Formats: sequence, C-alpha cells, structure tokens
Amino acid sequence: MISGFVIRKNQYYDSVFLMNVSRRMSEVKGVLQTAVLMGSPANKQLLLDIHIQDDQIEKAQPNDLIVAVIAESPAIVENVLGRLNEWLEAIQENAPSLSVKTLEEGLSQKPNANLAVISVPGEYAAREAKKALEAGLNVFLFSANVSIEDELALKQFAAAQGLLVMGPDCGTSLIGGAGIGFANSVRRGPVGVIGAAGTGLQEFTSQVHLAGSGISHAIGTGSHDLSEKINGLTTLAALDALDADQQTRIIAIVSKPPAASTLAVLFERIKTCKKPVVGCFLGVNPVLLNGKPNFQPAETIDEAVRIAVASVNGQPAMPTVGLTEEDLAAIRMEKKRWLPEQKYLRGILAGGTFCYQSQQILRKAGITIHSNNPFDRKYLLADPDRSIENTIVDMGDDFYTIGRPHPMIDGAMRKRRILAESRDPQVAVLYLDFILGYNASMDPVGEMVEAIREAKRNSRQRGGTLTVVTSVCGTEADPQDLNLQMKMLQEAGALVFRSNALASAALCELLGQE
Amino acid sequence: METLVSKLLSGPVIAINLGLKSFGASLEQQGVEVVQVEWAPPAGGDREMMDLLDDLL
Amino acid sequence: MDIKQKIEQANEEAFRRLCAGDPVLVDVAPAGEVLPGLKGKWITHSGPPIEWKRMCGAQKGALIGQTIYEGWAKTPDEATILLEKGEIHLEPNHAHQAVGPMAGTISPSAPVWVIENRAFGNRAFCRQVEGNQQFGDYSDEALKGLRLWRDVWGPTLQKALHTIGGLELKPIITRALQMGDELHNRAIAASSLFANEMAMAMAKTELAKEDLLSTLGYVTHHDLIFLGLSMASGKAIADPARDIEYSTVVTAMCRNGTEFGLNVSALGNEWFTAPAPKVDGLYLPGYTADVAGLDMGDSAITETVGWGAFTIGGAPGILSLVGGTPEEALAYSREMRKITVSTHPTYRLPALGFAGTAIGIDIRKVVQTGIVPIIDTAIAHKDPGYPKIGAGLVRAPLECFKKALIAFSRKYDIGK
Repeated sequence: MISGFVIRKNQYYDSVFLMNVSRRMSEVKGVLQTAVLMGSPANKQLLLDIHIQDDQIEKAQPNDLIVAVIAESPAIVENVLGRLNEWLEAIQENAPSLSVKTLEEGLSQKPNANLAVISVPGEYAAREAKKALEAGLNVFLFSANVSIEDELALKQFAAAQGLLVMGPDCGTSLIGGAGIGFANSVRRGPVGVIGAAGTGLQEFTSQVHLAGSGISHAIGTGSHDLSEKINGLTTLAALDALDADQQTRIIAIVSKPPAASTLAVLFERIKTCKKPVVGCFLGVNPVLLNGKPNFQPAETIDEAVRIAVASVNGQPAMPTVGLTEEDLAAIRMEKKRWLPEQKYLRGILAGGTFCYQSQQILRKAGITIHSNNPFDRKYLLADPDRSIENTIVDMGDDFYTIGRPHPMIDGAMRKRRILAESRDPQVAVLYLDFILGYNASMDPVGEMVEAIREAKRNSRQRGGTLTVVTSVCGTEADPQDLNLQMKMLQEAGALVFRSNALASAALCELLGQE
Repeated sequence: METLVSKLLSGPVIAINLGLKSFGASLEQQGVEVVQVEWAPPAGGDREMMDLLDDLL
Repeated sequence: MDIKQKIEQANEEAFRRLCAGDPVLVDVAPAGEVLPGLKGKWITHSGPPIEWKRMCGAQKGALIGQTIYEGWAKTPDEATILLEKGEIHLEPNHAHQAVGPMAGTISPSAPVWVIENRAFGNRAFCRQVEGNQQFGDYSDEALKGLRLWRDVWGPTLQKALHTIGGLELKPIITRALQMGDELHNRAIAASSLFANEMAMAMAKTELAKEDLLSTLGYVTHHDLIFLGLSMASGKAIADPARDIEYSTVVTAMCRNGTEFGLNVSALGNEWFTAPAPKVDGLYLPGYTADVAGLDMGDSAITETVGWGAFTIGGAPGILSLVGGTPEEALAYSREMRKITVSTHPTYRLPALGFAGTAIGIDIRKVVQTGIVPIIDTAIAHKDPGYPKIGAGLVRAPLECFKKALIAFSRKYDIGK
C-alpha cells in the first residue's frame, strides 16, 4: 500500500467541508482512498482503521488538519498532496437557476398577465388551457390533438367568462401588433381579421401590409372552429371583440369551408355587425355567399385584402391585379424551353392554406390537381410521397410533421422531395412557397436554393428546362431579410411572386393551353 | 361592455408562455412582457394523479 | 363551500398552528417515566412501523445496543435472540409523541428531552444525539455515551433545568437560524447558545463538582446537542397540526432505513410509505456509498416544520452537502416554497433577504410539481456495528405523497 499524508498545524475546517474536499481528491485517477480531517482522537482512530499511522499523526491536535492519501503509485500520492491548496480552494460549480415550472407560478410573477400561450403536448393542453381560463387569461393554444369535446368545453367556458380561446391547433395571431406563434411583422392599422389557418392569416396580414394599410388584430381560431360541433364559438367571440374594438374599421374572415349550419349562424351575426365584413371562404360555392347583408365575398385572400384596404381607404375596390406583361413574357420563355414530354406541375408546399387556395384557382381554370389534401376526394393521393400528373402536396400535413419539424421551420424534407420530383422527366413546373416571420426558419430560401439549382440542372441535362415558380409570404420588417430571400430565388432562376394567388395565376398560364 | 377579451385587445399583451421557448422568445423580441414557464407534465404525467389534482388543487 | 376551498381553509389552519408553535424545554427525564402508553420491556425506534426481521442493519445494531444498555442481555447474540423472539416490544417513536435521530432507539431508562409546546400544551420527546449507538454501533465503547447520559449528563441537566424552571427555545432557534444553523446537520450556533444558558443554570444549581464539570464539558463540546432539542421541538410544533379535517399538510416525515413514511393532517396517524431512498452523500475516510445504508431517522421532522434542508440556503457552513455554492443552497430553499402553504413569519433567513422558512408541506403541490421535500441527513452503515459513516442530501420519495393523495380522495369521496 502506498500512502502519504500532510499535517497543517492550526488550520481548522468544518468536517462537512472536508468531506467534500476528500471526495474531490478521491476522484483523481489512481487514488484508492483519501482522508481529510481534523486531528481529533476519533478521527485519528479512523486513520488507524485505514492503516495510516505515524508519530506526527499521534501528536496532531483537534485544530490540526490531516490530509492522507492512499494511491496506486508514489507519484500520485505526491501529486495529490502537492495540490492541497487547490483542493481547499472554493468550489466553483454552476448553480442551477430556479425556473418557473407552472402556470400558477407564472401568474404570481405577472399577476396582470392577460394571455397564456400554450404549446405543450396535446394530451396536457386542455388541462393547462382550462387553468389559464379559470385564472382569467385569454388563451392562444398552438397544441394540436386536443379532443373536440375538450375544445367545445373550453370555448363554452371562455364564452361565459368573456374570454377568447385561439385554437387548439392555432398557429398565428396578431394582438395589438404583437405576433404570436408564426406571425409576420406588419404595420398596425384599421383591418381586423379572423382566420382558422395560420398561413391564411400570415398571407392576409402580409398582403394588407404590402398594400400600404395595416392590421388592428388578427385572431386565429384553430382549424375546427367552424365545424358543426364547435359552431364557430371563437369566430363569433372574435367578431364581437373586433366589432367593439375602436381601432378596427373593417373585419375580414379567412377560412376553409365552414359547416353549412355554422355558416348560417355566422351570417346571422355578421348581419348585426356595426362594421363591414369581408369573407374569403376557400372552396365554398360562390353562389352561397352572394347577397348576404353586410357581407362582401372574396374568392381569394388577395381579393379579400383588396376589398378590405379599399374600404378603409374609402375607395371602390381596385380591379383584380393580375400578372404583368413582364410576368407573361417570362412564362412564355419558360414554356418554349420545355421538352415535349414535360407537362406536369408539382407543388411542394409548406402552407396548408396555400395548398388549398392554389387548388381552387387551378380548378377554376379547368386544371385537375391531385393532392394529399384535395378539394375532391377523387383526387386524393394514395401515397402522399408519390405524385400523380399535376400534384400539389401539403408538406405541413400530419403525415409529414408527426415527430419531424414542420417545413416552415426546417427545409430538409422539402429538399429531398424537390430532388425526387426533378428526376421525373414529365415534370415541367415546380411550385414552392416560402413563409417568413417570427418562429419560421431564419433562412427558408437559403435552405432550399441549392436543391432548386440541382433540380434545374437535372432537367437541363435531359435537354429541357424545369420552371420553378415561387411565392414569398412575408414583409420587409420580418426577422428574415425579405429582399435577400427574393433575390436568392431570382438568382437561382426561379419566378418569384408576392402572393400565393398570383403564383397560382402564373401556374394557370403555364399549364393552360395556348 | 369591457370584457377580458376587449382588455386584451386594448393591450398591451402580457403573456405567460407554456411550452415552446421560441414562442416566448419571439414575443420578447417584439417587446412583449413574457414569463417563460419551464413546463413539464404535471404529476410527472401520471394521469390518475392529474385527475385527482383537478378536483383538489 | 367546495372541496378546494375547504382544503385551502384547513391548510391555512394547519399553517397557523405550525407557526404558533412555542417550544419550551421543561425536563430531561427517563423515557419510562414520561413516554405515554408503554410498559415492560420496550424500545421505540425511528420511522414508520416495522418488525424486527425487515429492519435494516443499522437499526438492528442500535436495538442490540439498546438491549444491552438496558441490561436485558449481556452479549450481542443474546440481545439478537431476545429481539428475534419478540420479547422486547417494538414501536415507532411517533406513536408515543417521540422522535429519535438515525435508528432513533429509546428505552425506559434512557433520559429524553421533554419539550412542551406552550401554545397548545402538548409535549414531545427526543433521545440524546450521539455518533455511535444511534448509527448501529453496539460496542461497549459506543454504549459508554448512553450510560454517561443516563447516569450523569441527563440528571445534571434535569436539575439545572428545574432550577431555572425550563428554557424557552424559540429565541434560541430564531437566532440560530440567523447565525447559519439549519438545525438538522448544522446546529452549532444553537448548541452554543444552549450551552450558554445551561452553564448559568448549572452554576445556580447545587451539583457535585465532577458532575458539573463532566456535564459542562459535554454541553459545550457537542456541536449537535441541539439536534435533539430541535427534533423534539419540531415534533411538538407539528403534532397540533394533526387531525384537521380536509388539511393536506404533512404532519410527519420519517424513515427507518427500510421505508420512508409520512403522515397527513386530515388522515390522522395513517402511514404512507415507500422504500427508503439512497442518500447522495459525502463519506468519512474508510467508507463509500457501497456500504451505506438507506435513508434513516426521525430527524426529517425538522424539514417537516421548515428547518433542515428547507433552510439550507441560510446555512453556509454545510454548503458542501449541496455541491458547494451558496446559489445552489439558496435554490433548494426557494424551491421548497413551491410545495408549502407559505413561509414562516418569524423564522427568517438573512441569506434569503430575510424571507421566512418554507413551512406547511402540501401533498397536492408536491404531486403536482413533482418537487419532493429535500432532506439533509447523516448516513449509517448498511450493516450493524458501525458508527456514523457520512452525511448527505436525500429527496423524499414521491410515491408516499401519491399514496396519501389517493387516500385523501377516497376519504372525501373525490374523483368518483
């Protein structure tokens, strides 16, 4: 056994402190045992027990520090004892910071809070939302997979309390200029908007900003709010709120088709609104929307924006802004370079609303589109990963996002799909959307631009050209650099449009017969 | 009539964020007051306990 | 009033009673004369109820030592036989208003500290604190301390106490908490303040000089003498908070080295138990975690009333137990506020900006947050026959709190 010891006269330490010193010394490789203690009779006995004995130890007093080491080699003993001062130095470890762990604690820190933003796993979300409502907080509920029964109970409770539940499955809201979740940085102004879908609201608010006006509030309702079961409880509460809100002068609603009974309830409420209401219900037969009191229908989000902005500016709505001469020339150029077998469109989209609106616009032009979220079940893709003829895929669908990052946050999934599509010689047009704003990828185009170039290269090697159509949703005030994002697309040879409706119009031109 | 919704809209937003940290961070970036809750499933995710606590706490 | 309001109100009452506690040391007397409800050959022990064969090594060792000390057996083997045969009646301390550190053994001839809670009139008892027999060491050397306590120190302190008519402990506790004690593993300030008081009391008392010197030497050199008093005080403070209908406040936490157990106010004397946890510890030379026994002792009564690890942020002297930095220790103390009804109005910690100690552990908050009470504790060997081997930090097992919550919901017919 190789051991050694050091005695320091009149150097008193607390025993618990010394135990800690001892533990750290014993962690040195090759150290078998350490003893760091004061020279009391009991401690000297402990040293004897581990066979460390010496006259000097015998003579040590209770105020003398004894440090003994047993190790595999004399060098280790010497090294450890030689660094005694270091061992006795203060212990520098990082303290764990004390965080807020529950909603209640959060409330005790900010008793004047007025909104809970909840994105916990779906199975716990209703419980947290209920607690928030009980505490008098409005709720933004991003979590999906909340049962329809829980959603109804939450919304009924909220209605009774004069509170708002945005969600579940709500991606976007803008309250008094503050973007919550996936939201763009837009000017404040007189237009209020209510929307079931996140990208729908992002597109609407960005377009309003682009048109020079601004948003008072954008209220997300969650994707099931206009179903028969929920019957528009949040939409109605939002209508009440915007109708009473002093800043709001016109109210827009952007949504997928509501249940027929819910649509009727909605029109009843709209009739009594003090403010004009404009609505874009994607996929609803326009005939159903005509002639309703205090309601102006719009076929696309862009049209809803034009009506709303014109109304607050006190002007008649501008005529539909179509593609420019320049756009049309570029489209003709692209088409000329296609090989005869190139005829199909592949839209690989991140925004669910964009997938829907594009289908609506293309259908109206007589073009059939297959999709994982089709207008007509007839055109449902059997396998979302395998495109058929003209296909637009919503890659933000659950099929792609369960356990994987949403394409708005991470472009990896879309990149692979772009390259796969580019290997199909029948593909003529690739359509991609890019969504900027808070919580989205900080460089959505940068993530994808190499894949775009490579896809074009693949087509060129076959002697043709791959036309890449893109739409960018966002504003110059977003955290990403909008102009740089658009420039990168242009430099990669893509056609760049400022809205999904415009890009869809370009797709109609590209796919339509001459 | 002033409701809790109208108070929210007349602002400013003061938020408690449960879950994704980035949601809280983006609000802070916009100058919104936020408390970030380091949320974990209550009662360690024990369903029976969660149900009891709903009645008791 | 709905159940939640009833609980809140009941917990407020429990909290009020815990804070009102006013412990006074009134006597040091043989356990056989003061512990209620015990006759014949008996030994009480720490923790929830347990029979001999399920006891851990250290507790068995302490029982063997206590049996020999009482003169019921001459050798460890004889003592073991008596205990195995059940000829010595075993019961938990808590069933007799008593507490004991580590193995916690108390037997008829052993003097105990007698504390009266002047606010409520109830009494509580604790055995002497030492470093050997209570850890399971039954050697003759280890028993010497018990005999001196019985024959000299206990009786001398008793006489001195009678001279001064008892000693109020609240002033000592309040000052000690501000001097860096947490009254569980660190009681140096309280022990010194206590020694000051007793020195004067003994000087005023007619005593044989050798008894005076021996006892004076004992009280002035025993850094943990006050642990016996803080534990008995804790017990005296906690007991009046028992049996409040609807209260979810914990009234006792204790361990026997095999199981951890707790009582809840509304649920009376029912024990909710789980296997005793392992202590995250620091060890004396010659010992390691491999030979350590599991968590043991009634000393968690100090945490039950808001001292011990609940107050560790105010006890810089034992920071090593929690990793070493004041921030970590403070974080523990702050964390405990999340599971208690409130903080104590008079027991305040300078290190926490004179915030009160967290007090009134609410089982609902524990289960909801998953934050379980933290306890700092000494460590015994897993086998009988050893003295103290280390000290460390341990968390109460969540399972006991869940069991208690289920029992509570059954009692009040909730969740059906």
